[in-house]
Amino acid sequence: MADIQVYKRTPAEQSLAQRRAKQSMRGQVMMFSLMIFLTLISFSMVVAHEQGVAGFSKYFIVPILMLFAAVQVGLQLYYFMHMSEKGHGIPQMFMFTGALLGFLIPLTFATIVWW
Amino acid sequence: MSSVAQKKSFGATLWDWLTTVDHKKIGILYFLGGGFFFVIGGIEAMLIRWQLHKPDNDFVSAGLYNDLITMHGTTMIFLAAMPLLFGFMNAIVPLQIGARDVAFPFLNSLGFWMFFFGGLFLNISWFIGEVPDAGWTSYASLSLASQGHGIDFYAIGLQIAGGGTLMAGINFLVTIINMRAPGMTYMRMPLFTWTTFVASAMILFAFPPLTIGLFLLTFDRMFGGNFFNHEMGGNTIIWEHIFWIFGHPEVYILILPAFGIFSEIFSIFSRKRLFGYPSMVFATVLIGFLGFMVWAHHMFTVGLGPTANAIFAVATMAIAVPTGVKIFNWLLTIWGGSITVTTPMLYALGFIPSFVMGGVTGVMQGAAPLDYQLHDSYFIVAHFHYVIVGGVVLAILAATHLYWPKMFGTMLNEALGKVTFWFFFIGFHMTFLIQHWLGFWGMPRRVWKFMPNQGWDMANLISTIGAFFMAIGVIVLVYNVIITSIKNVKVANDPWGDGRTLEWAIESPPLYYNFAQTPLVRGLDSVWIEKMEGNASGLTPAEPVKDIHMPNGSIIPLLMSLGLFIAGFGAMFRTETEWGLGVLIFGLVFTFIAMAARSLQDDTGYYIKKEEILRDLKRKGGQN
Repeated sequence: MADIQVYKRTPAEQSLAQRRAKQSMRGQVMMFSLMIFLTLISFSMVVAHEQGVAGFSKYFIVPILMLFAAVQVGLQLYYFMHMSEKGHGIPQMFMFTGALLGFLIPLTFATIVWW
Repeated sequence: MSSVAQKKSFGATLWDWLTTVDHKKIGILYFLGGGFFFVIGGIEAMLIRWQLHKPDNDFVSAGLYNDLITMHGTTMIFLAAMPLLFGFMNAIVPLQIGARDVAFPFLNSLGFWMFFFGGLFLNISWFIGEVPDAGWTSYASLSLASQGHGIDFYAIGLQIAGGGTLMAGINFLVTIINMRAPGMTYMRMPLFTWTTFVASAMILFAFPPLTIGLFLLTFDRMFGGNFFNHEMGGNTIIWEHIFWIFGHPEVYILILPAFGIFSEIFSIFSRKRLFGYPSMVFATVLIGFLGFMVWAHHMFTVGLGPTANAIFAVATMAIAVPTGVKIFNWLLTIWGGSITVTTPMLYALGFIPSFVMGGVTGVMQGAAPLDYQLHDSYFIVAHFHYVIVGGVVLAILAATHLYWPKMFGTMLNEALGKVTFWFFFIGFHMTFLIQHWLGFWGMPRRVWKFMPNQGWDMANLISTIGAFFMAIGVIVLVYNVIITSIKNVKVANDPWGDGRTLEWAIESPPLYYNFAQTPLVRGLDSVWIEKMEGNASGLTPAEPVKDIHMPNGSIIPLLMSLGLFIAGFGAMFRTETEWGLGVLIFGLVFTFIAMAARSLQDDTGYYIKKEEILRDLKRKGGQN
């Protein structure tokens, strides 16, 4: 086996890395609370609908739930799966292409096969 | 391990090939496997043409004719064209980007063996006498009604082979994204690498629909499913959609690498940088993207309604724009170049008019109202043979001559190569040009025989004679390969003399670690730039000579594929024999054990010592 190269960070690099890690942690905790908050709202809306609270009709909460779901997926990808960081351009391109096809093809099926 | 040739027993050599994870050897395996199936598909084509050479012929029965057309199409697309292109991709793309292997060598080997066993499975149907007979598209109502095990062979065989293709596609994506040499930015990649990249991305998105479609078909036929059975609430049209969502990108997966090969050829033999390189890249990506938006143009006559037909017609015609960009760029690459008409160049020059003819008839069919007239006629047969033979097969034959020295270290005979070209080229146009008119005169596709005196007799005879010309061309090529291998005259790094990209700066065939030092890339056509600046070796190293990490070979990919092959027979005979279910389970367990063995074994590969590399360098006179 070849020798494994060990790279030692300089103090400046070390402090930069620590600062970055701290920022990233702060972002993650914030996003995590936001996601829990969104989930809470979603559940309360459904409960309110079940309880027959005025104004929480099915046609109101289903689109809102869909919207929240999309936001949650975005947060998940960008904050917890680190897609917001550098060097993720290619995976993003492939994911968006896949998502686009995954949207267009069912749309076509819905309009020309099942309708 | 040493790169110096050693005498090995036959068994050791065979074991070496069965366990190889070297991209160059896997490239050769793909090439040989694809070549074998190309010959089988070609024989099927000759039998079809012989049946049709005169009216009311009784050479083959109606059932056998259906078997022949189905297996001809399936074999040529899945088992000949794709593997042959994968052969060239494997052999050349890692060299073009300055890499020592693909990103996942083990997966590469698994991809090959799955293709091989899938192809074998499909063709064993001939020995059992129950052959797929619903056309290569296997439309569901027909394929569900088909008696015997023919369609089962189709569904399972393609499932196994398709899995291998998907793996190969992912492997090339990761390789091209991650393993480019220092300095090789995306916009410095040779066009063959670019087209391989886009084709692999298309494989990534197009093969999962095929997998799903084939699974649904398998369930319908073998496990009591009703996905396509309208009597039970299924929908037979869904199969057509799923098949063409895969099928249309598939034909672009075939043609894009062909475009890449021709781009290399035009550039090398015109001694010019490819004209409009950025627009070529853009056109490639655009074709790849639009390829997913047009599948329903295969289904205009299904009755999707005028709105759907109009949308898909417009999308289809849009593809003519990037394709036109490519054609003009090739013409302008030749324009003013210092042209040498070698065999590969001859193929490239023949390709442009042939492919344009196929493209123009494609736009004709893209117009939905006209397609109602042309549908299911010989015009369609003529069209897709013009694009696939005039595009893909000419590219494969051209690449066979162009890359033969890089793959095998010898030069195919140029004179014989030109004989092959002329026989094949004339035969090709003779066979398929007249079929456009046969379509206009009303001859339908997929008919077993036709009655005399409908004005089709002479045209069909001409077509059959053309097919024999093509066969002669291929036989001359095989003869060429054999005598070249017997003479075995080794050639230098760049036998064509004008190589522009990295593969031409290393030995033919390259040493098993490809590059002694990873090269530094300073622009498009790296080797050409280095040579113009007085660096005769064509390479500037980006690193000192050091130990090289290499993967170990493994027999496990073959065993995994073998397990799936066995399981396929079990699935097929499950309902009618007692042993069926047992064999199905045994095969799957066999595969899982092989997978577990791979996961549990800690194989970290080995290192080639610096001393060995220095010794090789010294032997070559200090050059890379």
